[in-house]
Amino acid sequence: MGLQESLAAGKFVITSEIGPPKGTHIQEMLADAELLRGRVEAINVTDLQSSVMRLGSLAVCHLLREKGLDPIFQVTCRDRNRLALQADLLSASVLGIKNVLALTGDYASLGDHPQAKPVFDLDSVSLLGVIKKLESGTDMVGNALQGAPKFFSGAVVNPGGNPLEAQILKMEKKIQAGATFFQTQAVYDVGTFETFMKKVARFKIPVLAGIILLKSAGMARFMNKNVAGVFVPEPLIQKMAKAEDRVKTSIEIGAELIRSLKGMCQGVHIMPIGWESKVPALLDAAKL
Amino acid sequence: MILSQQKSMEEILRSLEGETKIFLLGCGGCAESSGTGGKMQVLEMKGKLEQAGKKITGHTVVDFLCQKALVQSRLRGKVNEVKEADSLLVMTCGVGVQAVAAVSEKITHPGCNTISLGGMRGEWQGSERCQECGDCVLDFTGGICPLTACSKSLLNGACGGTTKEGKCEVDQEMECGWKLIYERMEKLGKLDKLRRVYEPKDHSKMMPPKGLRLSDRWALEQGK
Repeated sequence: MGLQESLAAGKFVITSEIGPPKGTHIQEMLADAELLRGRVEAINVTDLQSSVMRLGSLAVCHLLREKGLDPIFQVTCRDRNRLALQADLLSASVLGIKNVLALTGDYASLGDHPQAKPVFDLDSVSLLGVIKKLESGTDMVGNALQGAPKFFSGAVVNPGGNPLEAQILKMEKKIQAGATFFQTQAVYDVGTFETFMKKVARFKIPVLAGIILLKSAGMARFMNKNVAGVFVPEPLIQKMAKAEDRVKTSIEIGAELIRSLKGMCQGVHIMPIGWESKVPALLDAAKL
Repeated sequence: MILSQQKSMEEILRSLEGETKIFLLGCGGCAESSGTGGKMQVLEMKGKLEQAGKKITGHTVVDFLCQKALVQSRLRGKVNEVKEADSLLVMTCGVGVQAVAAVSEKITHPGCNTISLGGMRGEWQGSERCQECGDCVLDFTGGICPLTACSKSLLNGACGGTTKEGKCEVDQEMECGWKLIYERMEKLGKLDKLRRVYEPKDHSKMMPPKGLRLSDRWALEQGK
């Protein structure tokens, strides 16, 4: 079953992600993807994550498709104007890529090419509108297409955003523009997520809660200080600080989190950031 | 000089929907030279709005509207007319509209699109406030420009990069522009305006049309 079908069937859906390498050696990345086979419904392929120049998302999505895995093509507005974005969407379609995640994208100066000209010709909301327009058989200015693509398009939302109401207002705009599922920023605080889910229940749209395994107490503190909308509660940080076996404790925390979130949302999106090999153990521990 | 062009009457009336009492502001500087917001155009606008059933509670022309302190002192003399109005229609460049918004607790509607700053930043210096997009959106954002106040110039609301302190992830010294916009609209009771899905910018509107390049000030600067 693909992502769309699983969500439609009301299954608790698991997605994960892989990050393309900087360079052409893809064996390790493909091995990471293999670890996820049969355990997740679909695999996000990040688009120059953190504004760092790498192998592109489109080519990697194609490789996953060839191997019978269901990719989610992440598309940001940072590096391409409206012509290039539409062209890449058509390219994805002819390569059989169906799932698209529309993002605004990190700012260019946060990555390894701070000298780059940031594009942001479109934003996440207008990109979703463009996807819908392409599906209707025209480009964004109304010229007829010879063959229209068909996508399953999603977007992101930050349940820890500030102000939360502004995040939800934007989420609503994304739905209006065409988003049909959501993946969230990393969640650690179950209470905050529950409040968020209650507020967005009226949209009746699938939300996959973001999960990032804590690698150390230092990482948790770093995220609290530097990552917008991420809040790791102090007891979790203490648990990591005191852990004898950090991997084991990290998986326990992650699994417990997934079990607590399971009743609130339609699935989880696991972002391993280097810990791809731990994902199967995490899912085992969470009994998924 | 700053080149501007009046918005169409249709767009202006749409932005004033639901409001009946309007206070008009013009600018004796660049907007007068552009023929978009001098005394003559303010009086013309007054006539057109009255014809459309609006009541003009008062009007004034300030030179220059982009000088925030000056606008504040001039509006002090018109405090009752401004207070009576539902909103203000500001017929000048984007810097002027933002200066008026910054010193008033009323909705400020832009009456013009700013097409070129022509090397001038206006008299409210300290930061860039107008990107001459040629299709002013200040009406929807409470008089705070998302193109200059947001690092990514987003039109549809904040990205995920607003810090806990409400700063921009890109530059933590900088307030998140969309947080400021959200708070201002909340204060004005106009959050509904933020629900609009904004279409991508038409960048071709940034080019000054030939007619505008023939103004006196433009000619003076070209040495003609």
